[in-house]
Amino acid sequence: MAVIRTLRGGAWRVVELITTPVVPADYLDVIAPLRNARVLRAKIDAVRPETDRSATLVLRPGRGWVPHEPGQYVRVGVDVDGVRQWRSYSITSPPARADGRITITVNAVTGGLVSTHLVRRARRGMIVHLDPPTGEFRLSDPRPAKALFVTAGSGITPVMGMLRSALHEMSDVVVVHSAGTADAVVFGSELRALAAAGRIRLIERHTRADGRLKPADLDELVPDLFDRQAWACGPNEMLDDLETHWADSGATDRLRTERFRPALISAGGGGTVTFTQSGTVVETDGSEPLLDSAESAGVLMPSGCRMGICFSCVLPLREGAVRDLRDGTLTVAEAGDSIPVQTCISAAAGPCKIEN
Amino acid sequence: MTTIQRKKSNPIAHLTPEDIEQIGIELDAIRDEVMGSRGEKDAAYIRRVIAWQRGLELGSRGVLLFSLFPPAWLVGTAGLSVAKILENMEIGHNIMHGQWDWMRDPKIHSTKWEWDHASPAEQWKHSHNELHHTYTNVVGRDNDLGYGIMRVDEDQKWHPAHLGQPFYNFVNACFFEYGIAAYDLELGKNLQTKERRRDPKFRAALKGVRRKIGKQMLKDYVVHPALSGPSFLHTIAANFTANVVRNIWAHSVIMCGHFPNGVETFEKTSIEGETRGEWYLRQMLGSANISGSKAMHLMTGNLSHQIEHHLFPDMPSNRYKEIAPKIQDLFQRYGLSYTSGPLPKQVASAWYKVFRLALPNRGEAAVRRPVEKKAPAVANRWRRAENPVPAATVHQ
Repeated sequence: MAVIRTLRGGAWRVVELITTPVVPADYLDVIAPLRNARVLRAKIDAVRPETDRSATLVLRPGRGWVPHEPGQYVRVGVDVDGVRQWRSYSITSPPARADGRITITVNAVTGGLVSTHLVRRARRGMIVHLDPPTGEFRLSDPRPAKALFVTAGSGITPVMGMLRSALHEMSDVVVVHSAGTADAVVFGSELRALAAAGRIRLIERHTRADGRLKPADLDELVPDLFDRQAWACGPNEMLDDLETHWADSGATDRLRTERFRPALISAGGGGTVTFTQSGTVVETDGSEPLLDSAESAGVLMPSGCRMGICFSCVLPLREGAVRDLRDGTLTVAEAGDSIPVQTCISAAAGPCKIEN
Repeated sequence: MTTIQRKKSNPIAHLTPEDIEQIGIELDAIRDEVMGSRGEKDAAYIRRVIAWQRGLELGSRGVLLFSLFPPAWLVGTAGLSVAKILENMEIGHNIMHGQWDWMRDPKIHSTKWEWDHASPAEQWKHSHNELHHTYTNVVGRDNDLGYGIMRVDEDQKWHPAHLGQPFYNFVNACFFEYGIAAYDLELGKNLQTKERRRDPKFRAALKGVRRKIGKQMLKDYVVHPALSGPSFLHTIAANFTANVVRNIWAHSVIMCGHFPNGVETFEKTSIEGETRGEWYLRQMLGSANISGSKAMHLMTGNLSHQIEHHLFPDMPSNRYKEIAPKIQDLFQRYGLSYTSGPLPKQVASAWYKVFRLALPNRGEAAVRRPVEKKAPAVANRWRRAENPVPAATVHQ
């Protein structure tokens, strides 16, 4: 085996000599985009509408995909209007499906660039980019004897992944789900079928008619609330309320939460800039280029023309927002992103992290 | 050409500082409009050019496996020459300028791209993007003015060695990629003293270039010929020809960018504390276009729009054509001359200068007026001038 690997590696190096300065994969990618294990991609196999604002995408991941655990999410890179955008989506299929496919369910958020694009324009055969699956919002092993899932809106997606993978290993499951109306419940028919078959106890809350669910309501709806291992996913305000409620009862260790939007990035003027490698933290006022602020604070920075034309100063923005001082364009990076920005003409537009 | 500051008649004497800043404001508006409208179509354009170029290169090299047969040799060599030109000009040069960075595709990004050229991307980006594009046509700062081996401006000091410059220029054209590599290494300067020769930074750069050239040579003159079997020697000849064709083409296009008649040069002291408007103006006066067909624009990597490229080096090349009329109009309104001409005329004009300046200046070009020195100050070229025109002006 080792011999074959060495031979294969050697042969590959010869092919690299033929194609230099590009690599053979650059040619192969055109014919077989899923073959490249270094650049993880997936082909959209099918698009199924769920509600009028959401759709499930069946993805066939390429080589290099590692099976996920129920509840985990995957970062998906999609070209929207020519620009690669990355967003996280919970995986809703059980791991290790026989056909190797995974599914994600996308809810078109109002004004959401990527979610709207995927729900409206994703088609069979399209290629998207993937990161390996990740996330700590997972089902415990061994499975809990009594489980509670509290979800709202698209917060049902990671929970659906858990139910589809491991419901047969759990005997006492309560799902409390909130959505605007009965029709807006993603996976509504599947959840109701599970409830009808006695596999789960489903409590639907239609917030447009009944208002938002308060943690106090839960005490009534689920009397043995704190006896259960709980997983919650939904809007930040709901999760904040739940965390307080569980903490008040000293049951924090029994509640796990998943936040889709960690913290809203407020794009203001200036902010604290953290240089992740040197560890330097600089306060900036939003009118001075990041390059100048960093240099004044003694950070060694790559630099060039200092006017935004030579791209020598480009560094990855790992988190936060920066503004182009020339035309005001905002660039926003969420945790996990790595978006190269020109430090000589960008200023902080809120707290941000720059890799240097 | 004599630097603008020493000319008898100053082509920008009629512009007030306010005019110059207003030019900057108008150019920024043109820039914002295009940059804000970059999208799917543009992304599809560059991907299409890359796919075509790779197909053409692969096909040509395939044909050259049988280069023993003269028709195969001709077709393969022609195809490979075109593929190499596209790869260097419309693809490599422009990607490394960051024109496509906005797509956030790591495969087509200025920080990741490597090209079919003797000079490694990293070094070329420094000498080209940073030095040449910031200090365009400033005598003593922009080494593109004669590449350090020629005299292309009356204000560059004459030396008997310049008598041979038509010959150097021809040799440089044939082996342009190596000339560029030597230039990016600043060989002339760095080989001068022992200290510079031993500088670890220089040695590392030299090693990088050696490795790059080695790989390029191995590909074109060993691996591909070996794959051709009995056509070994013919493939070597074909690849050599394609490289020379590409070199001469690139050299000619680049000469047309800054050397033809009508292009201005600048004194080192004139850019002290330069404003954004002044930088823009220098780019406008320091570049020349090539007129021609769509194919000409593609084959020159849109450097036929050298003026537009120098104003907005990071604008996607496929968009220069659409802004050219606006830029021309701006030139006209401010009484400036937009230098442009067909390729043969511009090449001839540039070569004429190379011949003419091989000889010392004749009395004519002596200093006519004192050079105004600007007060030393830090240049803030990124800073836009405040727009005096109300922002609410509606264009209909």
